[in-house]
Amino acid sequence: MMRFWPVFMRNFLVWRKLAIPSLLGNIAEPLMWLAAFGYGLGSLVGHIQTPTGAVPYLNFVASGYICMSAMNAASFEALYSVFSRMSVQRTWDGILNAPILLKDIVLAEMLWAAFKAIFSVSAIFGVMALMGLLGQAHVLLAWCVLLLAAVMFSAIALIFNALAQGYDFFTYYFTLFLTPMMFLSGVFFPRQQLPPWMQSVAQWLPLSLVIDVFRPLFLGQRPERAGWSLLAIVGYTAVAYAVALRLTLRRFKSG
Amino acid sequence: MLGAEHTEASTRLARTPQALLKCEGLEKSFAGKRVVKSVSFEIYPGECLGVIGPNGAGKTTTLKMLLGLLSPDQGLITAFGGQMPGDALMIKSHLGVVSQFDTLDPDFSCVENLLVFGRYFGLPKETLKSRIPTLLEFAALTNKGQDKPQALSGGMKRRLSLARALINDPQLLVLDEPTTGLDPQARHLMWERLQQLVQRGKSILLTTHFMDEAERLCDRLVVLDQGEIIALGSPKALIAEHLEAHVVEAYGMALGESELQRLHPYAERVEKSGETVFFYANDVTALLQALQDYARLRIVHRPANLEDLFLKLTGRQMREGS
Repeated sequence: MMRFWPVFMRNFLVWRKLAIPSLLGNIAEPLMWLAAFGYGLGSLVGHIQTPTGAVPYLNFVASGYICMSAMNAASFEALYSVFSRMSVQRTWDGILNAPILLKDIVLAEMLWAAFKAIFSVSAIFGVMALMGLLGQAHVLLAWCVLLLAAVMFSAIALIFNALAQGYDFFTYYFTLFLTPMMFLSGVFFPRQQLPPWMQSVAQWLPLSLVIDVFRPLFLGQRPERAGWSLLAIVGYTAVAYAVALRLTLRRFKSG
Repeated sequence: MLGAEHTEASTRLARTPQALLKCEGLEKSFAGKRVVKSVSFEIYPGECLGVIGPNGAGKTTTLKMLLGLLSPDQGLITAFGGQMPGDALMIKSHLGVVSQFDTLDPDFSCVENLLVFGRYFGLPKETLKSRIPTLLEFAALTNKGQDKPQALSGGMKRRLSLARALINDPQLLVLDEPTTGLDPQARHLMWERLQQLVQRGKSILLTTHFMDEAERLCDRLVVLDQGEIIALGSPKALIAEHLEAHVVEAYGMALGESELQRLHPYAERVEKSGETVFFYANDVTALLQALQDYARLRIVHRPANLEDLFLKLTGRQMREGS
């Protein structure tokens, strides 16, 4: 049962060597985003009306940005880095010669990608706390929501990892799936601005579900229909993981 | 030297008849093409078993099935009292594997590579800490412990892979082409280490393209061609069974049809490959005498070896991917 652990620790050990320089990027990027969108755009937009009241645009976009960061960080790790270990470096082939099964590796990689995302999210939380953006926030609950989100986006990305023949394939995933989702899920503006038909589709996007629970918690409010959103997130995760596992097993059995 | 080792090996075999690993009637097809056809053999404790065959003969596929990385369409694999793939975890805990391609971790030093790999076997840190210096010494890498694989030569990397495969003190080592791409010095060092391991009672299953390597290291050989076992036995016995004792290679000038016809009666078998003519004979005195008539001909006279056997059994034509 714990066979995934040494594989997770292997990734942790590699990451530890590079953690400090990567931390710098994790702090610098949100600072730039929040400066541009929050102070820049925010001064034009002023306040944004949410279902639970009006909030400054900076706080609004900060909450969306952090969800997007969790998504991107998990996806990057579960696509580019996992593909390197699986196919380019043949790390997985080496591990499979030890008493560890492919399903243990897939589980370890999913949890690892989620861990990495959560690390960068935590760094962003730190930046935001220094900027005084966390005043009302239910930080711990919000953090837990992002943990679930990170696992979900890792699992989804692992499906595409299992299908990839090379790194180029992942460009499609980012441009055709993640980028449109970023604009439709309410990161930068409330989904209520979209045409109604688009809203009804967009509300089921994985990132929308995360934002719907996370944003109120971040703004110190009580999320609506949180149970259903969380259930959907867990459901997406379970299905994505099962599919990713199946496809990965198929990939390894046919060569 | 080889003879002494073989006697030693046969005594070891006589003492312990229980096979470490056994496969029976293995079958595997990819996209309707049968790549492994009813392959059966076993490995005994203390034995070095070689699997040889041209490219595409099914060596790697067979190995992958033995390691539980591929499931056979039919057939049975048993090892260490268990069965693949159901007992894969137990079986793999007794195995050490060096694959054809380098799977070392580029981000880790030699020591870290061994440490991290040992954790996959659930070995405690103290055990690993005491084993690692010994393994580095065995791999002749004591001074390279803190270096990363990129800083190592091809031979060093392969020895590190071997050391990594020994981290769990396995009973059976499975080596897929352990010396491919190495220079002669590195190959000889690798051979020496593998012989040491067999002397310590380890069993080895290896595949190779080098017939001198197979002849030097292996107690028994499985010859695979087009997915089938076409011969099985000790190198010496196989050579004695299938070949004449001597080979005379003649090259340097083209021998015409009439010359070949004249020379043919002096040898049991004559083969022409390009400009070179191979005469296989049990007694070559008369043949060597007759060849003296051709002043420009260059002649090599040698005992028949495993390469001759391999070419006789599998033919001289090129195979896919060669």
